[in-house]
Amino acid sequence: MTSAVSFARVSRHFGSVRAVDAVDLDIVPGEFFAMLGPSGSGKTTCLRLIAGFEQPTAGSIAIFGERAEGVPPYRRNVNTVFQDYALFPHLNVLDNVAYGLMVKGVGKPERQKAAEEALSLVRLPGYGARRPGQLSGGQRQRVALARALVNQPKVLLLDEPLGALDLKLRENMQEELKSLQKALGITFVFVTHDQGEALSMADRVAVFNDGKIMQIGTPEDIYQRPKTRFVADFVGSSNVLPPDFVQRYSGQHRWGSLRPESIRVGSAASGDGVAARLVSTNYLGATTRLALDAGGLRLHAIVPAGTALPEQGEAVVLTFNREHLHLMDEPA
Amino acid sequence: MSLDAAITTKVAPAILPGSGGLRGALSDLFWREPKLLLLLMLLPPVLWLGIVYIGSLFALLLQSFFLIDEFSGLINREFTLKTYGDLFQAANLDIILRTATMAALVTFASAIIAFPIAYYAARYARGRWKALFYLGVMLPLWSSYLVKIYAWKLILAKEGILTWLLAKLNLLWLLDAWLSLPVVGGNSLSVSFTGTFIVFVYVWLPFMILPVQAALERVPSNLVEASSDLGASPGQTFRNVLFPLALPGIVAGSIFTFSLTLGDYIIPQIIGTSRLFIGQAVYSQQGTAGNIPLAAAFTVVPIVIMGFYLWGAKRMGAFDAL
Amino acid sequence: MRSDRSQSAPLGLKIAAACGLLFLHLPILLIFVYAFTTEEKSFVWPPPALTTQWFAVTWNRPDVWQALSLSVRVAAISTAIALVLGTLCSAAVSRTQFFGRETISLLVILPIALPGIITGIALRSAFALADIPFSFWTIVLGHATFCVVVVYNNAVARFRRTSGSMIEASMDLGADGFQTFRHVVLPNIATALLAGGMLAFALSFDEVIVTTFTAGQQQTLPIWMLEELIRPRQRPVTNVVAMVVVLVTLLPILLAYYLTRDGDQIAGSSK
Repeated sequence: MTSAVSFARVSRHFGSVRAVDAVDLDIVPGEFFAMLGPSGSGKTTCLRLIAGFEQPTAGSIAIFGERAEGVPPYRRNVNTVFQDYALFPHLNVLDNVAYGLMVKGVGKPERQKAAEEALSLVRLPGYGARRPGQLSGGQRQRVALARALVNQPKVLLLDEPLGALDLKLRENMQEELKSLQKALGITFVFVTHDQGEALSMADRVAVFNDGKIMQIGTPEDIYQRPKTRFVADFVGSSNVLPPDFVQRYSGQHRWGSLRPESIRVGSAASGDGVAARLVSTNYLGATTRLALDAGGLRLHAIVPAGTALPEQGEAVVLTFNREHLHLMDEPA
Repeated sequence: MSLDAAITTKVAPAILPGSGGLRGALSDLFWREPKLLLLLMLLPPVLWLGIVYIGSLFALLLQSFFLIDEFSGLINREFTLKTYGDLFQAANLDIILRTATMAALVTFASAIIAFPIAYYAARYARGRWKALFYLGVMLPLWSSYLVKIYAWKLILAKEGILTWLLAKLNLLWLLDAWLSLPVVGGNSLSVSFTGTFIVFVYVWLPFMILPVQAALERVPSNLVEASSDLGASPGQTFRNVLFPLALPGIVAGSIFTFSLTLGDYIIPQIIGTSRLFIGQAVYSQQGTAGNIPLAAAFTVVPIVIMGFYLWGAKRMGAFDAL
Repeated sequence: MRSDRSQSAPLGLKIAAACGLLFLHLPILLIFVYAFTTEEKSFVWPPPALTTQWFAVTWNRPDVWQALSLSVRVAAISTAIALVLGTLCSAAVSRTQFFGRETISLLVILPIALPGIITGIALRSAFALADIPFSFWTIVLGHATFCVVVVYNNAVARFRRTSGSMIEASMDLGADGFQTFRHVVLPNIATALLAGGMLAFALSFDEVIVTTFTAGQQQTLPIWMLEELIRPRQRPVTNVVAMVVVLVTLLPILLAYYLTRDGDQIAGSSK
């Protein structure tokens, strides 16, 4: 099957900065694909390469099997939801949504009907006459979504679309986006720096760092089986264990990772395990996060709130299930 | 999906074909070659300003190196610095000095009158008052230059409103005493340097107010409050806090008042004495005297003075307040 | 200590500011009174009596109408040229960072930064060197040159406030460069251009210094007034024309202010 988006050794350099560096990528049609990474990691540049705002310095890009280099954005059947929404302030909501159809020459009654339907789809029916300036941040976001979807793009690109929303609204929108994507069957490519967002929404996640893809996989893959220290640390802040430490428990001299929730904290008298000292506790509501010092190795553990905790500075023993210790590919 | 029904149900391609025709081709070309578009956009204004304006300035500069033949009145097109030497004749030096002194005085007076208006507008005026202050400065700024001069001809005339007002206040002796002074005095205010000075200040004042206000807007009000909290008297606050912060604005404004006074020839012609200013000298040299080289050399004087002035102003950071 | 600084300005400051504003406005108001005076020969105050007869006299003066018509035509064409050149220049400067950007800005501002007499005499001597006879077009050439900066300043300020991603959004939605210009860029800068155009018109309509050097025998309204100021023929007619000129320039200024005030107010209130 042809990929929705396919990158072959794609690079984008700005002067001496390698924003995207020899990236290979295949996005499956109909999937919800997330690009995750810290700012400056190249994820947004990748998105802009797909949209056509940037051109690759090297390598080739195909969208549904068709070569996309040198094709201007307005000839790509791909639409973008911008981080700042980029709604047109001089047009009302309905004309904003109908814009794409208007420039393609769709007649006025027809495009207004389609725009109304798109607005209903994002649960803003009847908002057509308002100006973008009169809407809240969440509403603007939905208008931007409707404006892109009305064109029935082959791929929908979303650039940190939830970044400007507050927590509650963000959670609602996550669910809505997810169900919208399932209902429409359009390929979504979603850029975010929020690992929780990427893991909860995407079918597959690509983790970016320094213009390169560190790992591509399902959220579970990424979370449970990080391939590199960067992925382990960036996605859900796993404990990164040095090869010497790992060798004691698995017999292999390799970097390892251990999820904070896999660590059990017991009193010093409770027996075998890693001897450590409790440095600090951090109450997070449902859970409590503990910072531990195991002979110079800094570890984090997450325990359910209400667990009886030792005093700060007290000696403790850490235990974990061997199979939770994940060995990474990164060479020692 | 209901959306499908509204548009089309057939499978759309991922890459759409070009719209074809000249427009599509041009659009694609400009997208691919943004530098070409930039060049095309810049070409008309740069050609216009570069050829019409800079070309003319250059031609003018060139002529200042020519010399007029005193007997035939013809221009001798050979490189010489002699015309510049003529500038240093006593009469011409007098003109330059007189104009520069006037420009300095006008600038100084404008700064003093502008400061309270700018300060009030920047710090106390809010909402509707702020808009009113803004228009109150903008309207005189944009009002007809000649009408403003004309209004002062009415005011300063011997039979005009100022004399009438002073008579009512029994202060005519003061006016007479002032007019009997050498240099600043004269037959009436409208034919004296005092009159020229007042009109210059009036006409250029808005050019001083706006940058000073812009500079003061940027002074955080808590800075002023902090100063008085620390026990500074209003005078001390002004000297040590407000004035240094407003200075770039004053310098920016003075660029206008100074430059405009240096180059003006209409105000001293209508309200003033028969002694010439640089602008008038340029005008009469190129007009009645037909001595274009000397006129050109004269115009270089304000350019050079302004060059130094701008250089100094830039070092003081005045351009940020423009 | 003052507790509420925004309400209590010191009395001295209030008086000084009020006097300054009065100084700026009273002379202009005086023009309105003189337009109705019955006195013909001098500028005597107070006017002996008031009359409206001079309006009729002025109305029937063909030289005033000719000058006015020339001024309006010059201003209209200069404004049109300035709009095109100023918009192109501001679009180019705000679109991209390129080498020589500062030079372009300087080039645009120079005609208004240097004293008008320099611009005037430079153009005149250039016309003389190139053997171009004075005409309507030589006036327009000069006016358009210094009007560009007004349009440019307004448009650059608006471009700065316009989000760059809007152009990308338009292209993303399928609009090519021309459609994007027509449907997104133009509507967003339209009011700024209109304001710039108004100011350019007012500037050209009022210009006298450069015009004296580029006009030859033709009289624009300011040239007509200048003649009357130097060699008065019928003072009351000058009074009436002066009043009309004030009113005519007032309108575009107010309109330009109205068109751009949102930005100014935002800038003012965001302190």
